[in-house]
Amino acid sequence: MAVTVSPERDVVATPVQRAFREALYAGAIALGLFVLFIGLKTDQNISNELILVQRWGLLAIVVIATAVGRFLYVAYGQPFMANQKIADVATGLLPDSVATRFFRLPYFIAAIVIAALLLVLASSLDGLLGPGLAGYARFVRALAIIYALASVLFYFRAFIHAHFSALGIAALALYPIIVVLSLALYGGSIAAGFQGSLKWVDNFGIQILIYVMLAWGLNIVVGLAGLLDLGYVAFYAVGAYAYALLGTQYGLSFWILLPAAGAMAAFWGVLLGFPVLRLRGDYLAIVTLAFGEIIRLVLINWREVTNGSAGISGIPKVTFFGLMTFNVSDPNYIAKVLNIATSSAYYKIFLYYLILGLCLLTAFVTIRLRRMPVGRAWEALREDEIACRSLGINTTTTKLTAFATGAMFGGFAGSFFAARQGFVSPESFVFLESAIILAIVVLGGMGSLVGIAVAALVMIGGTEVLRELDFLKQVFGPDFTPELYRMLLFGMAMVIVMLWKPRGFVGSREPTAFLKERRAVSSSFTKEGHG
Amino acid sequence: MQYFVQQLINGLTLGSIYGLIAIGYTMVYGIIGMINFAHGDIFMVGAFTALIVFLILGAMFYSVPVVLALLIMMIVAMLLTSLYNWTIEKVAYRPLRGSFRLAPLITAIGMSIALSNFVQVTQGPRNKPIPPMVSKVYNIEGISVSLKQIIIVVVTALLLALFWYLVNKTSLGRAQRACEQDRKMAALLGIDVDRTISITFIMGAALAAVAGTLFLMYYGVIAFSDGFVPGVKAFTAAVLGGIGSLPGAVLGGLMIGFIESMWSAYFSIDYKDVAAFSILAIVLIFLPSGILGRPEVEKV
Repeated sequence: MAVTVSPERDVVATPVQRAFREALYAGAIALGLFVLFIGLKTDQNISNELILVQRWGLLAIVVIATAVGRFLYVAYGQPFMANQKIADVATGLLPDSVATRFFRLPYFIAAIVIAALLLVLASSLDGLLGPGLAGYARFVRALAIIYALASVLFYFRAFIHAHFSALGIAALALYPIIVVLSLALYGGSIAAGFQGSLKWVDNFGIQILIYVMLAWGLNIVVGLAGLLDLGYVAFYAVGAYAYALLGTQYGLSFWILLPAAGAMAAFWGVLLGFPVLRLRGDYLAIVTLAFGEIIRLVLINWREVTNGSAGISGIPKVTFFGLMTFNVSDPNYIAKVLNIATSSAYYKIFLYYLILGLCLLTAFVTIRLRRMPVGRAWEALREDEIACRSLGINTTTTKLTAFATGAMFGGFAGSFFAARQGFVSPESFVFLESAIILAIVVLGGMGSLVGIAVAALVMIGGTEVLRELDFLKQVFGPDFTPELYRMLLFGMAMVIVMLWKPRGFVGSREPTAFLKERRAVSSSFTKEGHG
Repeated sequence: MQYFVQQLINGLTLGSIYGLIAIGYTMVYGIIGMINFAHGDIFMVGAFTALIVFLILGAMFYSVPVVLALLIMMIVAMLLTSLYNWTIEKVAYRPLRGSFRLAPLITAIGMSIALSNFVQVTQGPRNKPIPPMVSKVYNIEGISVSLKQIIIVVVTALLLALFWYLVNKTSLGRAQRACEQDRKMAALLGIDVDRTISITFIMGAALAAVAGTLFLMYYGVIAFSDGFVPGVKAFTAAVLGGIGSLPGAVLGGLMIGFIESMWSAYFSIDYKDVAAFSILAIVLIFLPSGILGRPEVEKV
């Protein structure tokens, strides 16, 4: 796609000519890439032999779409982006940014009206438009609501920027309440509100917060200490199995096992840290990757203890600090104690606040540690290991504490994960998970807690949203499953975000030590470790 | 003794495939200093291309001589896989060259995820078995050597010889080595650095495609997720041999192959990967830059 042409020819050619040429190149390359993989499909016939199914139409569509996309990008996209950077000669101002042109009051009002109208008609949509169009209408409604919310955020952007952490924590704390209340209003009863909130609290809230916590934990190793760790999921696995095994075998409570799992993961972190102390950069990366794989393979093969690939099920639920439980059959069941209607949503909402608390703990510890000698030593290690050693910092303990602290939070997240799922198996701890967590850390801008949280929200939330896009079935036919494209889009999003912002969402750094006033360090002055 | 030699031959076969993939890792690392995580999936794409070409040949002709079929599969796989790696380098790695170190690593991981899922979406998630292409087995004094294994070792040896010649005796190889030592200086001396890097990616992909074709012929089955494990093993091999060193990659590949086959033969097949990874960790503790790698000189 990014076909570069020699600059001499570009001087002569008009943008459209150039775009046309590049579109031809892109189409030709796409044809080469996709002719076997999209043009033909290998399929099993009845006697289980492989046969080829031809799909030339689809191939033509993809190739033409690639060429047209490239044409539009070169002919209009690139000049537009270049113009954004040129100030107007008369006024000396930059042109209105895309955002201010996109978020305007009339559009906002229109979005509100559309959303309100479609919300009021919600129940009769199917009757009015038929099931096909109603799907589109629901999608338009979702877009309108998102646009309206985004406009509000954009309007208050200065305020939000100034009070980001406080607002973020408040929004997260209120999130389940808002979800339950709005769904209760929508559904007409409190019970419906709780029932409907399951998906939003569990799939979106808890899922994203687990990744936020993992990424913040890994951030200590990669972002602060600059040690490239590709096997972080191993500590997640240690924490999860520690809770799963001790909880099912000895019936210990989550509240005892949570610190135990953290300690155990920290121990494994030190254990990994020792052999890799001398390694740097990519050698460190491969050994940590190998360590993650070893843990997973041992979990698969040590069947007597871990039950192999079948995993461990029946992991006890978390109790409400030992006072109440979330088991319906238990006499201490929360609904019986408080005399309210039975619902499985209470547990999810409780878990949501639990993981939120764990996340905040991670953030708090990270922020405080950065100001302590050990945190400063980590950051010094990241910037320059030799200078660090020359100044008398003990790099051995610095590295080991980074590994241990990072691993401990991985262990906490792991035991929470086991409690939430009620089931663990080695399947959950593959390298892909490590890669996703590392990607979130880097995409967020290494070392920046806010950036990492935003990256987790975008990447994990984005892939979860794909599950909701049922209306696409109406476009591409009933066989179309958006979930199938989840990881494909995730991989492509990783590439695109990285190309767009190579330093991550928040590239600048806030110094921990400063003279008189705190100034953010621009991303071009920040360094990253060499492991 | 027979058993041992038998395992040695199995290890050699396996090690040849790992070595071919490892060269792609080590060359790319040598020239631009990044881990091309997508290389394992490039290998898988090569194997899949070979599979589809095999099916096309089967559908178009009543019978094709096996040697000819293998040759066509290999050549088409080399061409198309090179195109994939070339495109990936242009789209995902080149814009980030000179950016900070983790950025291309993340795009490489992203490309790896995208490639394997692209194949899953377009070709389906199931294993794709093919009928055995070569089934002849020779028996020499109680040691069975299949024709498949001979083909793999011979093809690998031929390619390595060709490759050695390319890197050491041609102007292209000289340009590659120059870029490896100092990219800026090479550019000042009139070497087209971009082109040299592109060719490096093409060469790595071509070798991975051959490895993929041989893998398909040897095991007779391929699935979209099959790129990861051989990819990681080959990467391990490259690091074990000393990343950046070509003989090191081959040596590392052979070592991983031997460790794996010996461990499965004498200890337990379940823990063969654990053994390979543990030996990697142990070797790196004593030789932090691999067996044949040059120790990194740190300039302050």
